[in-house]
Amino acid sequence: MSGHSTYQPQNAFMKWMERRLPIAGLIHSSFVAYPTPRNLNYWWTFGGILTFLLGMQIVTGIILVMHYTPHADMAFNSVEHIMRDVNYGWLLRYLHSNGASMFFVAVYIHMFRGMYYGSYKEPREVLWILGVILYLLMMATGFLGYTLPWGQMSFWGATVITNFFSAIPVVGESVVTWLWGGYSVGNPTLQRFFSLHYLLPFVIVGLVVLHVWALHVVGQNNPTGIEPKSAKDTVPFTPYATVKDAFFMMCFCVVFAWFVFYMPNYLGHADNYIPANPAVTPLHIVPEWYYLPFYAILRAIPNKLMGVVALGGSIVILAFLPWLDTSKVRSANYRPLFRQFFWIFVLVCLGLGWLGAKPAEGGYVIAARILTIYYFAHFIIILPLLGWIEKTKPLPNSISESILKEGLPAGGSGPAPTVSKH
Amino acid sequence: MMRSILAAVLAASLLGVAPQLASAADDTPPPPRQKWSFSGPFGKFDRAQVQRGFKVYREVCAVCHGLDLVSFRNLGQPGALGYSEAQVKQIASEYKIKDGPNDQGEMFEREGRPADRFPRPWANENAARVQYNAVPPDLSVMAKARTYERGFPWFIFDIFTQYQENGPDYLVALLTGYEDKAPAGVTLPPTLSYNKYFPGHAIAMPKPMEDGRVTYEDGSPQTLAQYSKDVTAFLMWTAEPHMEARKRIGFQVMIFLLVFAGLLYFVKQKVWYDVKAGRI
Repeated sequence: MSGHSTYQPQNAFMKWMERRLPIAGLIHSSFVAYPTPRNLNYWWTFGGILTFLLGMQIVTGIILVMHYTPHADMAFNSVEHIMRDVNYGWLLRYLHSNGASMFFVAVYIHMFRGMYYGSYKEPREVLWILGVILYLLMMATGFLGYTLPWGQMSFWGATVITNFFSAIPVVGESVVTWLWGGYSVGNPTLQRFFSLHYLLPFVIVGLVVLHVWALHVVGQNNPTGIEPKSAKDTVPFTPYATVKDAFFMMCFCVVFAWFVFYMPNYLGHADNYIPANPAVTPLHIVPEWYYLPFYAILRAIPNKLMGVVALGGSIVILAFLPWLDTSKVRSANYRPLFRQFFWIFVLVCLGLGWLGAKPAEGGYVIAARILTIYYFAHFIIILPLLGWIEKTKPLPNSISESILKEGLPAGGSGPAPTVSKH
Repeated sequence: MMRSILAAVLAASLLGVAPQLASAADDTPPPPRQKWSFSGPFGKFDRAQVQRGFKVYREVCAVCHGLDLVSFRNLGQPGALGYSEAQVKQIASEYKIKDGPNDQGEMFEREGRPADRFPRPWANENAARVQYNAVPPDLSVMAKARTYERGFPWFIFDIFTQYQENGPDYLVALLTGYEDKAPAGVTLPPTLSYNKYFPGHAIAMPKPMEDGRVTYEDGSPQTLAQYSKDVTAFLMWTAEPHMEARKRIGFQVMIFLLVFAGLLYFVKQKVWYDVKAGRI
């Protein structure tokens, strides 16, 4: 989407079209000729995987809607109707529900990759912030979708999450009533959640376009964190990135299919196979696994309002990452101290996730408090300080130099050079 | 009754006494692992077992519990109980279905047809409450609606071993976990029974069956343990009627994905060859 298009229309129709709407040229410069750093590793394939998952969620979702009934009295049974009577309905529904989980697996890897390689730093701040907004929208969409089967966890999850807003001083209770469309979570809530669950994915698509646009303006970061300097540092997107993305996407699909076909309910919660019942509260109300770290942060703080503020802050703080990280060096490969703190941070997030699934009592609360403090300290104290005190390793002069340093061409692996001459 | 207990639990947890309750649940032993014909990537239902389980359901469970989501025709579907069309018709005709209104505007009873769903044993929830002191939950998805906590690190291993029969294992444990007398020091509310595996131990459902309750024609042991396993297998089928198709298609998908990924890997190696060699 940047720079002058090198696209040469091959036939009369495309020439005619290109002078009027240069869409083929746009696609060509964005996904064919687009220069991509030659040293990208497989962690860079998750953007493509996320795009694939977004498309799959929309396609399966649209078909599910054809059979689903958004009504408090009928939603649960209509989902079971999909599971039992609709041709391959079980497949559509399990693809969609596990697809949501896979979406979050991919987005967490994508985000941690961005953090590890400093992909948020100048000039990619806007790209990063768009990503944070996308993540927020994903969380909202995932939450709204989880309420739709109208099982016990749907109902009580919706009750707990919407109750966050009651922590707002003065108007909190009114806001919650307005969100519910009544005095408790009920049919009006389900219907508006369904409407919004259908809307938000298309908002996500719009933002993905902006995200990809911003990416193509500033170009991709790479494992060295230094910008490409010559044509030797990059390769065209097609075929190099496309074939690599396609290969790894298939590997990802193996994991996805493992869950869909062999353990489709592993990532869900058994209580959601009990129809929603406002009179019976589940013993432990637990959100979907991908919200657990934030749920742990919420519950670590004894004050409700402060808990909600901390929960929101833990996500919003990501948007400020480009300015909280004061180091001029992007990639953790050249930042020995940051690299250690990065992995500690990953472990802290996993620990918070585990604690989010545990009851809020005793040692679990104390552990969640310590990890919550560390989570924020990572952004507010550790990252700004590291920029000042860390002694970074010398950066290579260029991407191609960094590759040659690693001993290429090695000759040990792969066929003999003569094979390629054909 | 059940509702007021759960309301009490809710109230208790709001008052902050939940830790005691949670620790009370800690003396619940994990359900013993069972062997299931439907576990693993090639799992299939054992037709004889689910048919026996169906018999147990009809003669014992169906007195109180509905099977709202299941139609008679489902019994004869591929991957189901293995009944022929005639057998399904026969089974359906043994049920009385309330239908109507007819031309005169009156409701009437007729013989069941394969397209009908299993009728509920009670007219409405209030009637059930009067009769049983609680609303017996529907059993259609029961095998997926119950579980027990695996805990770290088992829940990670389960991803690789595909262990997901938490629900069925729990159901067998529950059905065999009744004790005639609560242990010393535990006072049960009236009308409730003591069950080793039920969270909180006080369960509204009385002990549903004992050895010899149901007659098996295939010579299988007529024991509580066998009944429990058979009816649970049947309930696994009602909860997941397309499980066999799912696992079969899953294997085909896996083969495709692995072969395709393998081919793409070699395409990728070929495409990148000159770049890797430093020639581009």
